[in-house]
Amino acid sequence: MISEIRKSIIAAIWFSVLSFPLVALKVDYLEKSIHLRWDNLAIIAVGTFFISYVWRYFLQRVEKSRQEEVSGGIEKVSSAKTETSAQKILTRLVSLSHSKPLIAILLVMIIAFPFASSTYQTSIIISTMMYIVLGLGLNIVVGMAGLLDLGYGAFYLIGAYTYALLNFNYGIGFWMSLPIAGMLAATFGVVLGIPVLRLRGDYLAIVTLGFHEIVRLVVENWDEVLHGPSGIPNIPKPGLFGFEMGFNGSTTYLYYITAVIMVIAILVIRRLNISRVGRAWMALREDEVACQAMGIDTTKTKLTAFALGAFWAGIVGVLFAAKSSFVNPASFTFFESAMILSIVVLGGVGSIRGVILATLILILLPEYMRFLKEYRILLFGAIMVIMMVFRPQGLISDAHHEYELTPRPAGDGIRPGMSPEFNSTTGSSSNNQ
Amino acid sequence: MTESNEILTYFLELFSSGLTRGSIYALLALGYTLVYGVIGLINFAHGEVYMVGAFIGLIVAGIMSIMDFNILAILFVTLTFAMIYAAAYGFTIEKVAYKPLRKAPRLAPLISAIGMSIFLREYVILAQTPDFVSFPALIPKPEFLLAIKDYLEPTELLIIVSSLTVMILLLVLIKRTKVGKAMRSISQDREMAMLLGINVNQTISMTFMLGSLLAAFGAILIAAHIGQINYNIGFIVGIKSFTAAVLGGIGSIRGAALGGLVLGLTESFATGYISSDYEDVFAFSVLVLILIFKPAGLLGKATAEKV
Amino acid sequence: MKIVLQADKIGKNFGGLRALDNIDLKIHEGEIVALIGPNGAGKTTLFNCITGMHEPTDGKVNVFPPGQSKTCVNGFKPNKITELGLARTFQNIRLFNKMTVLENVMVGCHCRNSNTFLEAIVRGPRFKREEKQTLENSQYLLETFGLIDFAHHLAENLPYANQRRLEIARALATDPFLLLLDEPAAGMNPNETNALDQLILKIRNEKKISILLIEHDMKLVMRISDRIFVMNQGKNIADGSPQEIRNNETVIHAYLGTE
Repeated sequence: MISEIRKSIIAAIWFSVLSFPLVALKVDYLEKSIHLRWDNLAIIAVGTFFISYVWRYFLQRVEKSRQEEVSGGIEKVSSAKTETSAQKILTRLVSLSHSKPLIAILLVMIIAFPFASSTYQTSIIISTMMYIVLGLGLNIVVGMAGLLDLGYGAFYLIGAYTYALLNFNYGIGFWMSLPIAGMLAATFGVVLGIPVLRLRGDYLAIVTLGFHEIVRLVVENWDEVLHGPSGIPNIPKPGLFGFEMGFNGSTTYLYYITAVIMVIAILVIRRLNISRVGRAWMALREDEVACQAMGIDTTKTKLTAFALGAFWAGIVGVLFAAKSSFVNPASFTFFESAMILSIVVLGGVGSIRGVILATLILILLPEYMRFLKEYRILLFGAIMVIMMVFRPQGLISDAHHEYELTPRPAGDGIRPGMSPEFNSTTGSSSNNQ
Repeated sequence: MTESNEILTYFLELFSSGLTRGSIYALLALGYTLVYGVIGLINFAHGEVYMVGAFIGLIVAGIMSIMDFNILAILFVTLTFAMIYAAAYGFTIEKVAYKPLRKAPRLAPLISAIGMSIFLREYVILAQTPDFVSFPALIPKPEFLLAIKDYLEPTELLIIVSSLTVMILLLVLIKRTKVGKAMRSISQDREMAMLLGINVNQTISMTFMLGSLLAAFGAILIAAHIGQINYNIGFIVGIKSFTAAVLGGIGSIRGAALGGLVLGLTESFATGYISSDYEDVFAFSVLVLILIFKPAGLLGKATAEKV
Repeated sequence: MKIVLQADKIGKNFGGLRALDNIDLKIHEGEIVALIGPNGAGKTTLFNCITGMHEPTDGKVNVFPPGQSKTCVNGFKPNKITELGLARTFQNIRLFNKMTVLENVMVGCHCRNSNTFLEAIVRGPRFKREEKQTLENSQYLLETFGLIDFAHHLAENLPYANQRRLEIARALATDPFLLLLDEPAAGMNPNETNALDQLILKIRNEKKISILLIEHDMKLVMRISDRIFVMNQGKNIADGSPQEIRNNETVIHAYLGTE
């Protein structure tokens, strides 16, 4: 206990010294002023003391459970055996999300929301729903197929600019632009996918980052065709058979459109996950060599993942353009891609529920907690580190689909077509559920 | 006479500026390559250490210049402080974000690094400011260099020479000292190095600190030269320096230095003779092309996966 | 007897190293051929050349899929070769760890289906039919291998011997005519090895699948092989029945060294 306190004090001192120049001092050599901000430093010192204590506690627990798994040998200890209280909460959350009455209530709330709150609130929910779809789309590429795409924001940008340019140059409206943007983004997804087919892990990630930045920089600089850094203004919101709706009305309209798109996305992606394609993606993620050896065309599988993932980004891009009425390259920086990535990372690679939960935590929650909002970006970064260190599988990780098996006639325990030797479970297995 | 003089001057300008930025890229590229050598990880947060070093330097230099110290004194004290602090930051980042992930699958440390990078940028924004801030001009302009002012900018020459010196010192360190040998053996075979009694954790920490030292050194020099910094400088310079490291062959020290200089020169000439708008696009395109077509770089070796 | 695989004068260079030299290997329908040799003899390299992971530097690998003409598979991608009907397991188990046992086997059925992602979205008739078929096949395989109780468990949580069996079940799901097993008995105790014997024989007898296996367990090899193909330092040093190989001087020397 004492040694733990001592370590925490050392950590507090270390971080205080480390952050002193930047946090406690503010210097302007042109104006010849030096500010000392002791209060900031005090916060850091105290905060680090507690955080380091908690950090090391959880780190030890994580390392202990990992060691148990490794030294378990033939008798594999399922990590669900020792359920922590946090895991219990998560399990309850997941089982709750299956309950039909709850989903019904949620649907009613979603439908009624715009009429119960201000336009500003509605706007926040629209953003949240948009990020859910973005997270789901990236989840296809990163979560299901295991391809670390750092440049997802590029497809988002392409979608938004497609609508903006089609509208600016040809007067094409929202509804027509939607599918075009999706298709175009998907095409770019394939364009990105082809050269990176042979790349593994980190190199793949860096190339996608490069791709993103190239797209953004081209948009920023190609003034003649793409309007450069000033962007494209006056993008119309979607129309309802030509009616003029005014700002509040059109926001509400956009809300419903976004909600419908979100629901469609969830259903479509769920169906993709539970299918031949979905299993191929997961196999690709788990072991590319074995995946190929089992007869799966990894090229087609990867390109499909890129294309289908990018498609959704394109769609949401159009929504974004309609919502902000204005697009410029500054809205689509690498940081945007990183934010979407952190949603996927927090939520749990491959899990639809996880993405939704993570979006609520990272996008919605800060809107209602002032403190969080100010430090939101700091939190993003910290969460990415924390998740990787403590729970790389994400919040919701046990999501695997249980296919319905054909029940066999019960009784003698020997199943048709099976030799008696295989009836016994050789070795011990503590996997009783 | 004057026209060819102008062409020559322009060329030398570009050449000098290219070598200057190339030296900075090289300094950072060394950091990337050293870390990749010992733990096989792309230290995404390296650019941010560079940026933090610049800001630490800003504070120190600011205070000292308000107190009216001699420019040379300010320069040396700033460099010292910035380098020490950067080393401390590098050390801490490794302990917090990478060390727990030594056995994790490859993507985990990369994501952690990205998170760290985002964290550090925002940390500086919140603690200091998101705006551009002026950095005092600390590099002296000695008399004897003013003579060649028409051909080579004195500041740039000093940056190039000092960077090269530091790089040579590093090479000597790697080749001759115990630490350097430890680094090299770990990059070959970590388990074997451990069995031979090499303190792997310590060596890895030293590698990070060394890389951060170099980064801060370059940061102060270039900040003093350009005259302003902001929270975003780490990202762009970081990516470009990583490009340089890959260009030269990741894991190869000579490659990093070579890659840095080559990238700096080609970038300078490309923007000077073709177009300056697409300066960053150029570097990113080089990065993408190299990784796709020749990931081993100019001096590196390709490795195949064993089935 | 009908030939299913014919490897002619296979050679493979890795840089300056000649990993395989002049390998002639024929496998007939329904045969169980064991590939043995000291470590580093080139057995897995030969596997890799047959299954498309490496391309042979010299020679041709010809396969004879049932109902099709002879096909030379040099330079084919591994998934194409699996589609033709060759499936394999790996020396170091390569399961899809975070997928369930059932899903692992279902993945094996991938190349025998063709529904696209669009059909998956709309749940068209072909999708439903193929999914049903995949599920049935996989369930049957799991039952045959005694793994049905673990169907929804993650593959990584399975005990070791079951993992090896799962890998074989997964390979069988691809509906091969030739199965290549890379050290299937590695790490198994004698009981498990016996059960494995029976399993391999069953696969050959009931499904008429030819089997090429790399093994170090000599008892297993002697018990079930029709033929033994011995390699040493990239070359074939003997090829015959278990009886012949048992008494072959060159083989004995290769394993024990010359006196």
